[in-house]
Amino acid sequence: MSAEVHYTPYHPKWYRRRVSVWWWLQKGSYTTFVLRELTSVFVAFFALVFLWQLRALVQGQEAYAHFLVRLRTPLFLTVNSVALLFVLFHAITWFNLAPKAMVVRVRGRRVPDWIIAGLNYLAWLFLSGAVAWILLRG
Amino acid sequence: MPPTVTLAVTRYRPEQESEPALQNYEVPFRKDWVVLDALNYIKDRLDGSLSFRWSCRMGVCGSCGMMVNGSPKLTCAAFLSDYFPGPIHVEPLQYFPVVRDLVVDITDFMRKLKKVKPWIIRKEEKPLAEGEYLQTPDQLDTYKQFSMCINCLLCYSACPIYGLEPSFIGPAAIALAQRYNMDSRDEAARERLEILSEHDGIWQCTFVGECTKVCPKNVDPAGAIQQYKLTGAAHWFKSLLLPWGTK
Repeated sequence: MSAEVHYTPYHPKWYRRRVSVWWWLQKGSYTTFVLRELTSVFVAFFALVFLWQLRALVQGQEAYAHFLVRLRTPLFLTVNSVALLFVLFHAITWFNLAPKAMVVRVRGRRVPDWIIAGLNYLAWLFLSGAVAWILLRG
Repeated sequence: MPPTVTLAVTRYRPEQESEPALQNYEVPFRKDWVVLDALNYIKDRLDGSLSFRWSCRMGVCGSCGMMVNGSPKLTCAAFLSDYFPGPIHVEPLQYFPVVRDLVVDITDFMRKLKKVKPWIIRKEEKPLAEGEYLQTPDQLDTYKQFSMCINCLLCYSACPIYGLEPSFIGPAAIALAQRYNMDSRDEAARERLEILSEHDGIWQCTFVGECTKVCPKNVDPAGAIQQYKLTGAAHWFKSLLLPWGTK
């Protein structure tokens, strides 16, 4: 604990327990939280792969074919699968938390949490569907 | 023989011990007893030297918060039957310095609470003759949930961020700031935003969400903080786009 907090100075005999480095393993919800924070690494990873893909696309057909071959190696398949799981975890946990931050009032009454979360899921489905349609139609 | 349950209570007597130690007490197990009743039984019948805070016994005063089996609880609302057959581990609220046994020092919170100005501030008070500031039930409804806070500090004990960064203003103080920001009679939201946008304010929160789970009054401090972040971010964007408009 940092020494920044100034408590009343006339308590020389307080006992302060240090927070364990392993605090995030003490409770399931803490572990979920830390995992959710960790998902940002995988989101960044997908963003980098995407940039790499764009670069290959700009460099021409040969480079793009090379990129696709790379993606099919077992190493990339494994890493991508793990990353996909984490990104799904990221999306789902954040969608479920969205109603906490978004308070929408309609005619003076608060819109229930499940509607806010549900709209997020619908938007997700719709956008995923739109992307899939664009990619797969031809 | 009537059933009993063991309470493993953390003792810390600074004149005797250099660090807290556990002491076991055997108390009668009664279905209508809460942990606080058991502590009072210990104090009355077994060991008068045990120190703990309590007052109302009915979830209003917010004095009897302790860690029960590792979770922050109001001991007046923690039934022995939920922990039977025990042993029930009772500790002082974590992340606060322990003064004695189950009593913690909450000066840090009192200081932070005052910092967020949890009272109605008007730019200009209207004269008494004009009567009170009126409010509709809908206006009351927007902040009522946050006003239910009883300062029991269970949320601080549930917040690992507060444990790791004690300078964090913390859940209850931010929820109470939000309570006044959303009050139609108050005019100091900007003032509070400046205090809460500082390093130790809302942005320290990483949304663990445990504060809301342990709150005995359903105040939802985690919600208050996230909503506040939204306000803070919107304000920041506005000041970026219209630097002259937000002063």
